Amino acid sequence: MSSPPSQDNIPAIQAINVKRVYQARGGRSIGGTKAGKTVTALDGVSLSVARGEIFGLLGRNGAGKTTLIKIFTTLLAPSGGQALIDGMDVTREVVKVRQRIAMVSGGEQSGYGILTVREQLWMFAQFYGVPSKVAHARIDELLAAVGMSEQANQKVYALSTGMRQRMNLCRALVSDPEVLFLDEPTVGLDVEASRAVRDYVRLWMSQDLRRTVLLTTHYMFEADELCNHVAVINHGQLVAEGTTADLKRGLQEHARFQLEMAEWAPAFTDMLRGRDGVVEALTEQHADRTQLRLALLREEFIMPTVASLNDAGARILTLRRIEPTLEEAFVRLVGDEAEAEAEGGH
Amino acid sequence: MATLSPDARAASPQVVGVRLGFMTMLGRAYPRLVAANREPDWIFYEVALPLLQICAFAFVYKAIGAPKQYIGLVILGGGMMAFWANVLWSMAGQLHWERQSGNLELYLMAPSSLLWILAGMAFGGMLATAIRTVVILALGSLLFGVSYALTLSAVPLVILAFLFSLIGLYGLGSMLASLYLLYNREVWAIQEVIQEPVAFLTGSYVPVRALGPFVAGFAALIPLTLGLDAVRQLVFPGLFRIFIPAGWEVGILAVLAVLFCVGAAWALTYIERLAKVQGRLSLKWQ
Ligand SMILES: Nc1ncnc2c1ncn2[C@@H]1O[C@H](COP(=O)(O)OP(=O)(O)O)[C@@H](O)[C@H]1O
Ligand SMILES: [Mg+2]
Repeated sequence: MSSPPSQDNIPAIQAINVKRVYQARGGRSIGGTKAGKTVTALDGVSLSVARGEIFGLLGRNGAGKTTLIKIFTTLLAPSGGQALIDGMDVTREVVKVRQRIAMVSGGEQSGYGILTVREQLWMFAQFYGVPSKVAHARIDELLAAVGMSEQANQKVYALSTGMRQRMNLCRALVSDPEVLFLDEPTVGLDVEASRAVRDYVRLWMSQDLRRTVLLTTHYMFEADELCNHVAVINHGQLVAEGTTADLKRGLQEHARFQLEMAEWAPAFTDMLRGRDGVVEALTEQHADRTQLRLALLREEFIMPTVASLNDAGARILTLRRIEPTLEEAFVRLVGDEAEAEAEGGH
Repeated sequence: MATLSPDARAASPQVVGVRLGFMTMLGRAYPRLVAANREPDWIFYEVALPLLQICAFAFVYKAIGAPKQYIGLVILGGGMMAFWANVLWSMAGQLHWERQSGNLELYLMAPSSLLWILAGMAFGGMLATAIRTVVILALGSLLFGVSYALTLSAVPLVILAFLFSLIGLYGLGSMLASLYLLYNREVWAIQEVIQEPVAFLTGSYVPVRALGPFVAGFAALIPLTLGLDAVRQLVFPGLFRIFIPAGWEVGILAVLAVLFCVGAAWALTYIERLAKVQGRLSLKWQ
């Protein structure tokens, strides 16, 4: 897509204090005048995604992820605040925004079953003014890239769930968007299909540095694998933002390390217990080696500690830093599943 | 995995406006034109069944000794009625259905106006139905040995009557499509309720004049009514007393066509805005 010169310092995706309130749907109301309960799906969300990034928005069901994506994709009006794509307001510069975005949702059933995969992709290319010749070349390459060249002439209704979602990804990319929104794109897919989707997203991003992805997911490994930056949303508010490493470290009180030693002497333990900065030292004996787990006040204490172990005659085989998983960081931030349910109960 | 070739990456010059609109329209018409005719089962549902219905009326007319042209009227009516069924089921109900499949969101997200999508649905539906109508007319006429007395000079008016009533009819369908988005579940019930009475009102099976001036006047709001009446007048001149002269009817049809198309555009804009505010473009959030 040829784009008007877009300055690189303008974020590809930006939310400024975005709010969204839904009227809870009771009976049938026409025109929406019926007074009733409201649901605050987004409660002042601000975030900014730089061009070239795969940004992850993490949150449990009902956190407000889809609502935010719908606002960015011009499908839903914000109740307050401002949402921008390439610096353009999604409610005022609708057409320009639409020209450069695309979206894929998990479990998407779009298109028409009676079309073949190729016809379906061609149809969507038409909606973006892609000339047929270019469209067909793109379709060939996209299908090859997601591993479904053989399905090109198969009817859409006959596709498996996994194949269907690969096709949906091609459908979004056939217009060569600059900003791609993926709303839980691998939900319900088998391992192989999920991997195909993730692999291709990563490849697609690497092919052009102007591209940007906003991905929502509640699979933490997916975010960890794909995203540079993430934000955690809970009850319509962002509760954390940063690189995945930031998030993991943020909850670590102490720097934790794991060492494997060839042999062990009780004297080592005494030496460690007396040292500055060592909070905890636990050992675990195995047949051929000993595992030592250290919690240090700060990361810097590791070098002197290793040095004095060496001086005491210990033979260190391996040393690695233990980082919490993104999953752990996430649970710390939003509570675990059981808590979430208990909360919903009252 | 290779990166996209120069051909595939060739920056497409930004296509906008009417040109993009036409591409959108053709894209959306495609499934109706090509894909829907690939499987032969449409011949049964969309030709054989309407023919059976025509036969029922034709035999009644035969039994009471009506002139052969009356059977011609019924055949014409049956053929045109295919358009009404198409408008009801594939236009009016369509956006509702597209919302359920998630297509509506994707259509809205595309840079062209949703009106072009509706135009594509209409265009595809019209052509596909025209094929069916021609088959119904030809088979029906052969079956009952009906001959038509169309003079060459009446041909332009027949074409205009036909065109305007189709544009009006599909405009009406587009308008209903938007309005139906307001109602969530009741749509199918409405459809069922209005399909048959309209078949009757528009005079598919009996000449519209027979309904009396009030009912006929009301029925005239549905573009099919006058269109059918005009075509009947021109194809079977002098067969029955004239309700409104064909020329007038064509004029009124043109006005109706404009009204319904403008109404459709208005309804669509209104609904799109309302739906964005209320969060009604998808059903999947629950
Ligand atoms: N169209 C809607 N009408 C009313 N409430 C909605 C609508 N869409 C979402 N909600 C509510 O808003 C909240 C956020 O939903 P959503 O954005 O879909 O969350 P997520 O995608 O993170 O699961 C939920 O409580 C949901 O029930
Ligand atoms: Mg969601």
